[in-house]
Amino acid sequence: MTVPGSPSLTKSGRQEAASLPMPPPAQRGWRLKSFMRDRGALIAAIFLLTVAAVVILAPLLSPYTADEADNLARNAPMGSAGHLLGTDQQGRDMLARVLFGGRVSLIVGVVPTIVAGMIGLALGMLAGFFRGLADQIIMRCLDVIFAFPMVLLAIAIAGAMRPGVLTEVIAITVVLIPYFARLARTATDNVLPMPFIEAARAAGGSPFTLLLRYVLPNVFSPVVVYATTLMGLMIVVGSGLSFLGLGVQPPTADWGAMVAEGRVVLRKAPHVTVLPGILILVVSLAFNFIGDGIRDALDPRTIRR
Amino acid sequence: MSPSPCLVVKNLTTRFGSDRAGATVVDGVSFDLTPGRTMALVGESGSGKSATALSLMRLIEAPGRIIAGKILLDGRDLLSLSEREMEDVRGGQIGMVFQDPLTSLNPALTIGRQIAETILAHNNISYAEAEKQAIDLLLRVGVTDAVERVHDYPHHFSGGMRQRVLIASAISCAPAIIIADEPTTALDVTVQAKILRLLHDLQLEMHASMLLITHDLGVVAAMADTVMVMYAGQIVERADVDTIFHNPRHPYTKALLACVAGIEDDRSVPLEPITGTAPDLTDPPKGCRFGPRCPMVQDSCLRTDPKLRALSNDHAVACILVAEEKVDA
Repeated sequence: MTVPGSPSLTKSGRQEAASLPMPPPAQRGWRLKSFMRDRGALIAAIFLLTVAAVVILAPLLSPYTADEADNLARNAPMGSAGHLLGTDQQGRDMLARVLFGGRVSLIVGVVPTIVAGMIGLALGMLAGFFRGLADQIIMRCLDVIFAFPMVLLAIAIAGAMRPGVLTEVIAITVVLIPYFARLARTATDNVLPMPFIEAARAAGGSPFTLLLRYVLPNVFSPVVVYATTLMGLMIVVGSGLSFLGLGVQPPTADWGAMVAEGRVVLRKAPHVTVLPGILILVVSLAFNFIGDGIRDALDPRTIRR
Repeated sequence: MSPSPCLVVKNLTTRFGSDRAGATVVDGVSFDLTPGRTMALVGESGSGKSATALSLMRLIEAPGRIIAGKILLDGRDLLSLSEREMEDVRGGQIGMVFQDPLTSLNPALTIGRQIAETILAHNNISYAEAEKQAIDLLLRVGVTDAVERVHDYPHHFSGGMRQRVLIASAISCAPAIIIADEPTTALDVTVQAKILRLLHDLQLEMHASMLLITHDLGVVAAMADTVMVMYAGQIVERADVDTIFHNPRHPYTKALLACVAGIEDDRSVPLEPITGTAPDLTDPPKGCRFGPRCPMVQDSCLRTDPKLRALSNDHAVACILVAEEKVDA
């Protein structure tokens, strides 16, 4: 589409332009397009979606339930008849446990990180933007949470509630909020002195507009990247809680708990530990790749015209 | 008599820091802006030019604050408005163009969105309508392929183009007053002329009043109707542009003019830098602030702080020597 006529600096410029056709709708697809161009991120995303789909469909795909023990085939190696991935020390089918365990692990890795990310982002931006009393109240309260070792605090919070996946999710969310808030506050601090903030003020932007249109877009991407790196780690933290009996209860599995249980038979049946361990590693890696991809996709400088 | 002013500034005083330790960066500044006319504010770095502009917009950030004065816009004192009312004035009645076009645009938003945000802040219209107006504005400031370029990000534009975008944003609500804070300092010389021309044309077209802040006397000669010379937070001389260049009275104005290298000038006429440095405003010199650097300084200069006195209707000087001259004459 070309613009007819040359720019006019007269009053008629407005009229002339007003008769132009409406612009094409903003290219909303660019973020996705840019993401797709990143091979690593694309593969990681496809992998994670597959993993998610498989664990969601676990009841349909799994040959056994997660707690069905075959007492005649304990610690069966991978490739045994009837047990494709072998069995654990109690004769439970590893494939079934990996599938069902993945449900818990993915929820614990993803949900608290996203919820804490949003809450922390909002708190950090508000503290950084308004400074003064709001800043002091928000950040000092979060410092209290920050002062405890992450896992210890999660244990304390989870211990105060009934064990289960929800408890695990809540505990990890609370623990993560200060990390995100700190990051968001620092990023806000870095954005505020930029001349475009002053320019936005001089153009009559209200504090709400400034926060939403000028601070948020520039603070969002470091938070997203940080979130994706934490997702893998939170799978491990969630496993720790389960291991202590504060998260999901045996015989329900999650990958971390499986690693922990398998350590007893590490020499005799290494696959019991190694399989879920590899899954945690690969899924964490995939989250990191996606994080990088999202960061690049969110950075307008990487958009090709 | 000239037409009635649209902005009257009286005794504007802005101070950074506490009452005891601190610096008065704008010290009792008074002036009027008239529709359709350009007022240039000239001075060295740190003389308080930008602080004056930011004070007009009430954008002075803590620890700075405006401690005295009145800023009357159409009879309303901006200093008595609420922050909410002030948001309507900023960008609505007073548009501002900043010095550095490279960093004055939000890198995370398309330029169309940024201009539209300014329009939406002051008008109750749909986003689609605001974007359409943004395209009109971009065409008006000379961004030819505006229909496509509204979706581009700031880094897709050159410095000159970005300044055009910022100007489009500043005039988007047809402000009565345009404040241009060194609008061409960060640009190539070839682009400077185009941007100045654009500003001038837009101002005439909208019959707006412009406050042009610069340290470039060439820009002043080309653009200004009246000139204020600022030194250490005070206005030391105010006159129409011809008088400033051909009959400057304040020693500082004379010294500033002597610093300019003319293209046609004989090289045997040496450039004369002003000796010394600008005063420390946390501890300003006694008497005339220019005294310690003034070639014509006398004992009496160091005792009394000269006030801005009118020599004629449109010429005022803050120098006791000039005042004495006048008495002699």
